[in-house]
Amino acid sequence: MTTVAAPVGIDDPITGAAIALRSVSKAFGHGADAVVALDGIDLAVGRGEFVCVVGASGCGKSTALNLMAGLDRPTLGEVEVDGRPALMFQEAALFPWLDVLDNVALPMRLKGVGKGERRGRASELLDKVHLGGQGHRRPHELSGGMRQRVALARSLAQDADILLMDEPFGALDAMTRDLLHDELESVWSGSGLTVVFVTHNVREAARLADRIVLLTSRPGRVAATFEVEIPRPRRIDSPEVSGLAAKVTDRLREEVRRHGSR
Amino acid sequence: MAVDEHLLNLAGLDALESVLGKAPSRWSRVWAMTWPKLGALGLFLAGWQLIVWAGWKPEYVLPGPAKVLPRLWELLFVGEFWRAVGITMRRALAGYAVAVVIGSLLGISIARTRIVRSAIGAMITGLQTMPSIAWFPLAIALFQISERAIMFVVVLGAAPSIANGLVSGVDHVPPLLLRAGRMVGARGVGLYRHVILPAALPGFVGGLKQGWAFAWRSLMAGELIVIVGNKPSIGSRLDFARQFSDSELLIAWMLVILTIGIIIDAAFTKADLTLRRRWGLIDNATR
Repeated sequence: MTTVAAPVGIDDPITGAAIALRSVSKAFGHGADAVVALDGIDLAVGRGEFVCVVGASGCGKSTALNLMAGLDRPTLGEVEVDGRPALMFQEAALFPWLDVLDNVALPMRLKGVGKGERRGRASELLDKVHLGGQGHRRPHELSGGMRQRVALARSLAQDADILLMDEPFGALDAMTRDLLHDELESVWSGSGLTVVFVTHNVREAARLADRIVLLTSRPGRVAATFEVEIPRPRRIDSPEVSGLAAKVTDRLREEVRRHGSR
Repeated sequence: MAVDEHLLNLAGLDALESVLGKAPSRWSRVWAMTWPKLGALGLFLAGWQLIVWAGWKPEYVLPGPAKVLPRLWELLFVGEFWRAVGITMRRALAGYAVAVVIGSLLGISIARTRIVRSAIGAMITGLQTMPSIAWFPLAIALFQISERAIMFVVVLGAAPSIANGLVSGVDHVPPLLLRAGRMVGARGVGLYRHVILPAALPGFVGGLKQGWAFAWRSLMAGELIVIVGNKPSIGSRLDFARQFSDSELLIAWMLVILTIGIIIDAAFTKADLTLRRRWGLIDNATR
C-alpha cells in the first residue's frame, strides 16, 4: 500500500485513460447564490481500472458521476470519456411495467436488437448476476439486493465498458452488500470493464478498489489518492482491508476537521 | 441451473424480503367481492319497499320493487329494448372512442409542449367543469336534432378529462425513471414510447375512467333532449315512459342505466387494480 498525494498521471502509459477529468469545476446557480460542487478536479481512470471515490456528503461525488455519464456538463474544464458509460443509482430504478427480463432487454430493444436475440442475451446476463430463472418476475416482487442485481444486468446490457456506480449498495443490509461485492468483483475481473464506484463507506472502498480517490467537501477537490495493493479476492473483514480503511478514515477525518475550522 | 439453486444463491438477509406469496383461490376472491354488493342491494330494495309501504307517494307515482322488477324482467324479452340499448351503447362507444383519440392527442401535446400548456392547459380544466348539458343549445344550433349533436356533446364532455389524466400521468413520472430511461439509451420518441407513456399509465387510466363517466352522463342528457326520430334509445325510452306517466317503466329504465354504469365502472376498477398489482402499488397487508 502506498499513499500518493497527487492524482496519478493522466497519460498513464500502460493502461491509457478511459476517463479523464481536467481541471473540472461545476457550480450550480448563479452569482452570490452559486454553490461550487467541484473545484478544479483532475482525475484519470485507466481502462479496466476499479476506482472508488470516497468523501463526506456534499463533496460532489454524484456530480462527478453525472459529468462522466454525460448527463451534465462542467462549468469549467474538460471531461473526456473514451467508451460507453452506464450509470447505476442507489435505487435500482427498474421499470415497474416490465418484468425482470424485459427490464434487462430494454437497452437492446432501444438499439433495435431483435426479440429472440435480446431475450437470449438478457437471460444470459441474469444468469451472470445469479438471477437465472427469475426473468418472469416483476421488480416489486424482488428484494432490494435482487433489484440491484437486475440493475447491474441492465447496465451490462447496454454494452457499456465503463460502469459508473452511485452508492449502489448504500441501501442494502451488510450481509447482502458483502455478497454483492463478491459478485461485482467477479463480473468486473477479467471483463475489461472500467468501474467508478462512489461511496461514503470507506471499508467498501477498500474491499473493492484498485485505487481510492478521496474528495474534500464543498468545494469538492481531490484530497488524496490511495493505491490499494491488497491481493484479490479480498474479504471486507480482513486485517489488510480494515487497516487501509482506518488509514483512509483518518485522512477523511482530517479533511472534515479542516473543512469545519475554515 | 435449477430455480431452487438460484434461490440459494440469493442468500443474504435481503432474500427474505422477496415476495413469494400465493393468491387465494379464484372463487373465494369472487365471493369476497360479491357478498357485500349483494347485501347492499338487498338493503337498498328493502329501504325502497319500506318507503313505498309508508305511503309517502301514491303507488302510481312511486311503485315498489315488486312492481318494477317484473316490468324490467319483461323488458328483457322485448326486441325494442335491446335495440334501444344497442343504439345507446353504440353512441356511447363511438363518442368515447373519438374522445379518447382527441383527449390523448391533446394530453400529449399539452404535456410535451410548454407553449401549448400555457395556452390551453387551464382552459381544458375549465372545460372539464362545464356541465355538458349547457352545450346542447349550441350543439342543436350547429347540428340540428341529429346524431352529430349528441356526438359533439359526448366528445366535449369526455375529452378534457382524458387529456387531463394523461397530462397528470406524464407530470408525475418519477424523475429517477426518466434518468434511468435516458441512461439506457431512450431519447426523444423512444423515451416517450418506452418510458414516459408507460409510466404515465396509472394517471391515464384514471382519466379514462373519469372520461367515461362524463361521456355516459352527457349521452343520457343528450338522449333526453335530442330525440332522433325512429331511433329508440335508452334516453328516448325514459322520456317516453315519463310522457305516459308510466312510473314502473321509468324506474325500470333507470335501473338499466344504473346497471350499465356499474358494469363499466367495474371493468375500469378491475383494469386499475390489475395495473397496480402488476406494478406492486398495492400493499401486501391490505391486498
